[in-house]
Amino acid sequence: MSEQQFPAAPSAPASAPKVDASTTLADGEWHRMHPLTPLFKGGLVLIIVAGIVIANMRDRIIGWFVDLFAPEEVHYGDYSGGDPVEWVLDNNLVLLVLLGVLGLVVVLVAIFWFLWRFHQFRITGDHVEVRKGIVFRSHRRAPLDRVQGVNLTRPFPARIIGLAKLEVVGAGNDANVDLEYLATSRAESVRSDILRLASGARAARQAALAPQQPAGGADAANAGAPATTRAQLRGSVNEGVTSLITGVDLADVAPESVVKIPTGRLIGSQLISGLLWLLFFGAIFAIAFGSTIIGVLSDGDTGGGLVLLGIGLGMGIPMVIAVVGITWAQISKSLRYSIAPTPDGVRITYGLLTTVTETLPPGRIFAVEVSQSLLWRPFGWWTIKINRMSGKSAAAQQSGSAQQFNIVLPVGKRADVERVLGLVLPDVPTTSIPFLWEQGIVGPTEGDPFRKMPRRAGWRRPLSWKRHGYTVADFGLLLRRGVVWRKLAIFPLARLQGVSLSQGPIDRAQRVSGAQVHTAPGPITGYLSGLEREDALALLGDVSRAAAEAASRDTSHRWSEHAPVAAPASPAAPPAPPAYGAPAYTDLPAPSGPPVSLPAPPVTPPPAPPVTPPPAPPVAPPPAPPVAPPAPPSPPPATNGE
Amino acid sequence: MTQNPETAPLNPAEGTDLDALDQGTYTQLRTARNEARLELDGTWHQISPRYVVSQIVQNVIFIVFVAAVAVALNVVLEQDWVWIPAGVILLITVIALIILPRQAKAIGYMLRADDIVFRKGILWQRMIAVPYGRMQLVDITQGPLDRAFGISQLKMVTAAATTGVQIPGLTQSASEALRDTLIEVAETRRTGL
Repeated sequence: MSEQQFPAAPSAPASAPKVDASTTLADGEWHRMHPLTPLFKGGLVLIIVAGIVIANMRDRIIGWFVDLFAPEEVHYGDYSGGDPVEWVLDNNLVLLVLLGVLGLVVVLVAIFWFLWRFHQFRITGDHVEVRKGIVFRSHRRAPLDRVQGVNLTRPFPARIIGLAKLEVVGAGNDANVDLEYLATSRAESVRSDILRLASGARAARQAALAPQQPAGGADAANAGAPATTRAQLRGSVNEGVTSLITGVDLADVAPESVVKIPTGRLIGSQLISGLLWLLFFGAIFAIAFGSTIIGVLSDGDTGGGLVLLGIGLGMGIPMVIAVVGITWAQISKSLRYSIAPTPDGVRITYGLLTTVTETLPPGRIFAVEVSQSLLWRPFGWWTIKINRMSGKSAAAQQSGSAQQFNIVLPVGKRADVERVLGLVLPDVPTTSIPFLWEQGIVGPTEGDPFRKMPRRAGWRRPLSWKRHGYTVADFGLLLRRGVVWRKLAIFPLARLQGVSLSQGPIDRAQRVSGAQVHTAPGPITGYLSGLEREDALALLGDVSRAAAEAASRDTSHRWSEHAPVAAPASPAAPPAPPAYGAPAYTDLPAPSGPPVSLPAPPVTPPPAPPVTPPPAPPVAPPPAPPVAPPAPPSPPPATNGE
Repeated sequence: MTQNPETAPLNPAEGTDLDALDQGTYTQLRTARNEARLELDGTWHQISPRYVVSQIVQNVIFIVFVAAVAVALNVVLEQDWVWIPAGVILLITVIALIILPRQAKAIGYMLRADDIVFRKGILWQRMIAVPYGRMQLVDITQGPLDRAFGISQLKMVTAAATTGVQIPGLTQSASEALRDTLIEVAETRRTGL
């Protein structure tokens, strides 16, 4: 009833009068979420309440059905035991109760409508803000230059009517800003606005806005056509269904730059993992079954067969269901996986029914690891995981979806691995990727630059001690570990948080030391044991210096500001594979470092003054000169893997 | 002091008055005698001996408290078994008390050109280097007993959950000087994260 009025009210001012508002939501004004949001959030509550009610009145409802369809003579039990419905019927209060239920529904609808009215977001030049709540108000403001990524999730039911949830990932515990739900097209435009503003390319935006005006007008005209909410809804449902078949979010990237995984390989790789689960559960099953058989035989009981059958079914069926469930969840989450470069970072899309699109701006990846389990080795399959700031609360980080969040390549062959490495680590020069592969991933060969565990300490890693080691390259610290489960971890130096050494009495007797690389929490740990004492101390000495140098060179904090050439090119030709900032901070540290950081200051002043005058200018110039002198002697001996 | 530029502590222009760091502290670092111990070039700043006094007082109070509770339970409720857990707790505390002075002398920190290095432990030695630019916040905490002895604990937080450097037993002036220095240096070298 009242619901008919309000979708019209907010949508009219939002779309009709302000052409600008409909093209970009990043205008510093407050905007509301999609009008159907309360339906999705509140609908869930209503369904749960209905479920509880139905569960409690199961007997009565079954009785009604039996009475309706069964012949007269049959009577379904007798359920006259003090149930509220009985009491209501006895006292002739049906009308009153129905009115009460209606009133409750109206009140609930009103509450959700008010919640929706008060849930607003705003994107200014520097911040994204969300305010919500009536009684307990909350106002969250996140600085855009600390954005760690933007995720666009289309949960299955919401997706059908064209809604999406936008999650602005911050750094820290529970630091995300959620915008749920927005119409998919709006969510996409908000995402690109946030990324563009975060990239610091404010000037580029002004320039881009001017030519866009006519296009924006045309957009508004198109948007004006389906003015009624019903037409809008129909359009978005169509879109939702189409995207369910074709996949999402690949319109603005060049098809040839996209890395995709064949479905067969994806399913195969997950089935192999599923096989492991099956073996695991099978072992438990066999133990339980075997011990029962022994028990039954020693008892000499004749009814033992029945017991065995009971145990077999009772344990076997849940285990099979568990294995199938785990494997299916994995498969459906990573189906239709694709990863592609965009001007604002790497875009990863996955999911069959619920699709998630993550955008990772450059410089937000703290560690990358390529690994291969023994079972995958015959097929030559690898997987790539990353450490990143998820901005989720500690509890949410443990969930399955959060684990998925850290996988950038679920399964791929060597070519895929090399392309994805190039995407997630733009600092790595393409010439050193074969080196990464030959020495790092596959194992030590001639001229191995890794500093390894000495033979005398080999008992710590009886199988893999020949591989266990580290090396410092220009772009990052490489840790090579494992022989059964081969792993190579790459820690970009600019985002390394620290290095620690630990040495116990046994280590000291063997003149070795353990080392730990500290980085943002994630699936990749940076522990090495049993390094030569000198190597460990060199790690402590070199890495901090290299990290400080890399950080002073690193410009990914506001990535477009420092790539004046790349930024204007991006609207024209977004799909150039390593377009974002790659030309700015290149591979060679010492020679190209100063020329890059010197042009930076002239670029910064124009956009900086309104934003953050104190931190921005001093960052680039002062550290460069004092840091540079000690630099040349140190890195070449230590680094220079190739 | 004269040092080679590689291990030079900090550009004096960048930091504030660093003399306060070495006033009223231990002067000799205690390490393992084995040659294979972890060792760095440069000067370690150490912590105040008052930290040991403060810790001893705290531990003695704890021992007295545990013993009092145990005696009370034993006498009033006639429960003999309380001496088992109480004994274990007391034994651990006493051992901790005995090695405390040695441990305190092994704690040190070094301000290098690009990072701060913190070390502790003799038998189990640990050393951690945190680049200045990665510091997210610096925290000074002080308990009631610490306040009575004029010492405080300084904690550095980075984006990595595991870094967690905590320097206990700094004198009041040292902790403030160190905090100001760290923040100042971090400000000029900060990056996104």
